[in-house]
Amino acid sequence: MSDTPNNKSLFSDETIDGEIATLNLGPTHPATHGIFQNILTVDGEKILASEQTVGYIHRAFEKLAERRPYNQITPITDRLNYCSSPINNMGWEMTVEKLIGAEIPKRVEYMRVIIMELSRIADHLVCNSVIGVDTGALTGFTYMFQQREAIYEILEEVSGARLTTNMGRIGGFERDFSPRFYEKLEKFLKEFPKHFKEFDDLLTRNRIFMDRTIGAGGISGERALDYGFTGPNLRAAGVDYDVRVMNPYSSYQDFDFIVPVGTQGDTYDRFCVRQEEIRQSLSIIRQAIDKMPEGNYFAENIHEFYLPRKEDVYTKMEALIYHFKIVMGETPVPVGEVYHSVEGGNGELGFHLISDGGRTPYRLQFRRPCFIYYQAYPEMITGQTISDAVLTLSSLNVIAGELDA
Amino acid sequence: MSNLSNETVLARLQEQFGAAIISSETPYDLLSVEVTADKAHDIIAWLKTDGQLRMSFLTLIGAVHFPNDKGREICINYHVHSLVHNVRLRLRAFLPIEEPNIATITDIYVGADWLERETYDFFGVNFVGHPDLRRILNEDSMDYFPMRKEYHLEDATREDKDDRYFGR
Repeated sequence: MSDTPNNKSLFSDETIDGEIATLNLGPTHPATHGIFQNILTVDGEKILASEQTVGYIHRAFEKLAERRPYNQITPITDRLNYCSSPINNMGWEMTVEKLIGAEIPKRVEYMRVIIMELSRIADHLVCNSVIGVDTGALTGFTYMFQQREAIYEILEEVSGARLTTNMGRIGGFERDFSPRFYEKLEKFLKEFPKHFKEFDDLLTRNRIFMDRTIGAGGISGERALDYGFTGPNLRAAGVDYDVRVMNPYSSYQDFDFIVPVGTQGDTYDRFCVRQEEIRQSLSIIRQAIDKMPEGNYFAENIHEFYLPRKEDVYTKMEALIYHFKIVMGETPVPVGEVYHSVEGGNGELGFHLISDGGRTPYRLQFRRPCFIYYQAYPEMITGQTISDAVLTLSSLNVIAGELDA
Repeated sequence: MSNLSNETVLARLQEQFGAAIISSETPYDLLSVEVTADKAHDIIAWLKTDGQLRMSFLTLIGAVHFPNDKGREICINYHVHSLVHNVRLRLRAFLPIEEPNIATITDIYVGADWLERETYDFFGVNFVGHPDLRRILNEDSMDYFPMRKEYHLEDATREDKDDRYFGR
C-alpha cells in the first residue's frame, strides 16, 4: 500500500468482496499507449498489487552504439523518446561536442533552443491530450494533435523528417533555418495559443476532469526523489529540479522562464505542470527568435566531425576528404569520459560516454528518465482503481522507446 | 545554493573513509572517485545523509567491461547528485569478472532497484542483497551477459565482412 498521503482511496481497508482476480493490463492494450505489461492483482476494481514486465521493444541501443561512429549514433537516439526526438538528438550532439571540446556558435545554441522547446511542446501535448482521452474527453486530443502536426511540419522544414528527425549534426545544423521555417513557426506561434487556450478551458477547471485526476496516482516529493524521478513528474511533486536551470546547456541561461511546480504529485498536478511548461516553452521560443544572434549555423573549427555540405563535397577537395573520413569513421576522437544531461520531455536525459580513442564509443549509457521512474508505478497505483491506473500511466508519460532502449 | 567544490567533496571523502578512496580524477569537471568495492555501499549511504554534502539523488548506475584489465574487469559507476549544492559525483568500483559481487544499494535508494537489475542483466554483476535480482530487458532464458565485450554485435564467424572497414 502506498504510504503517500497524496493518493485518495475509494476503498476501506477491507476488501470489497474478497474475490481476488489477476488481470493483464497490456502488453498490447489500447489504454497502455505502448507495449508495457502490468499484471494486476485486483479485488473488484481495487488494485492490490501489480507487477511490471518491461523490455518488449528492447533494441540494444547501448550495444549498437559501441559499433557505430559518432555521427551514426544520432538516429539511435531518435528512437528513445520518440515524442521529442530532437531533444535526444541534440543532447547526444552536445555530449560529443563536450568530449571534443568544440566551441559552438551562439546562433547554433539559440537555434537548438527553438527546436528543443518546440519538441517539448509536442511531447507535452501528446501526454496531456492523452490524459484527456483516458478520462473520456477525446475532443481535446483531436485538436491538440492538429497542433502537434503543425510542429512536425516545422521540424520537417528543418530536417526533412517528422517523428524520427535525426536532426542537426555534431557541431550545428546541416543548413540554416529557411524563410519557410520562420513562416511556419510564426504561424504556429500566432495560432497555437488560441487553440491551446480552448484545450485548457476544456480540461483544467473542468469539474469532471478534476474529480477524475486529483488524487489519482500521487507521490510525495521525498519518495519521488528516492525513486530518481526527474522532469515534470518530479516537479509536480513539488521539487523544482530542472536541468535547464541547474546545469544550463545550449545558452538556456540567456532566457527568462519559470519552472512550474505542483504540490501533490498526482495526475492533476502533472497535467498542470505540463500545461504551464508549454506556455513557458512558447515564451522561450519567442525570446530566442527575437534575440537570435548573427553568426554561422555550424561550428567551423571541427572539420573532422561536422559533415560538410553536399555541394562542397562535390566541388572541394578538403570537404571530400573530411566527408570520407567522417562517413568511414576515421576521425581521431579524444580519449575521455563525459557525462552530459539535458532536460528531455520526461526528465533528465543523460549520456555517459566513454571514449578510448577508437572510432566508436567504448561505452555509451543513456540515463533514460522513463526507465527510472516507471519502477514507482506499482506503488503509485496500489489501492486505486483500474481506471486510475490507466490515468497514472498516461500522466507519467512513459514512452516505450525510452523505457526499453 | 552554496559553493561546494570538487576538492571539498574529495577532502571530506578522504577524511571520512581514508584507505577506501583509491584514486580520483576530474574529467570535464565531474569528480570521479575510485573506491574499494566493499566500501561503496557505505560511502553512498554516508553521502546521502551527510549534512554538508547532501548527495541524496541517485542519477545513474552503470557498468563498463574492460576485458584486458585482469582482476578489475567490471567497473561499476554510481552517479550521485547533490541537488542542494548542484554538484555531481561519480563513484566507481572495480570487480573481478569471476566474482562480480557488490553490495546492493536498494536499501539506500529505492530507485536503484531497476538500475541494478539492468546492470545484472547486461554485465552479470551480482548485487548482493538485492531483493529481486532478475533480468529486466532481456528474456529470462538468456544465458549470457550481452554487454560484455566478448559478445560481438555481429556473428563473429562471418568472413564476408572485413572489420577494418566497418566499425570496431
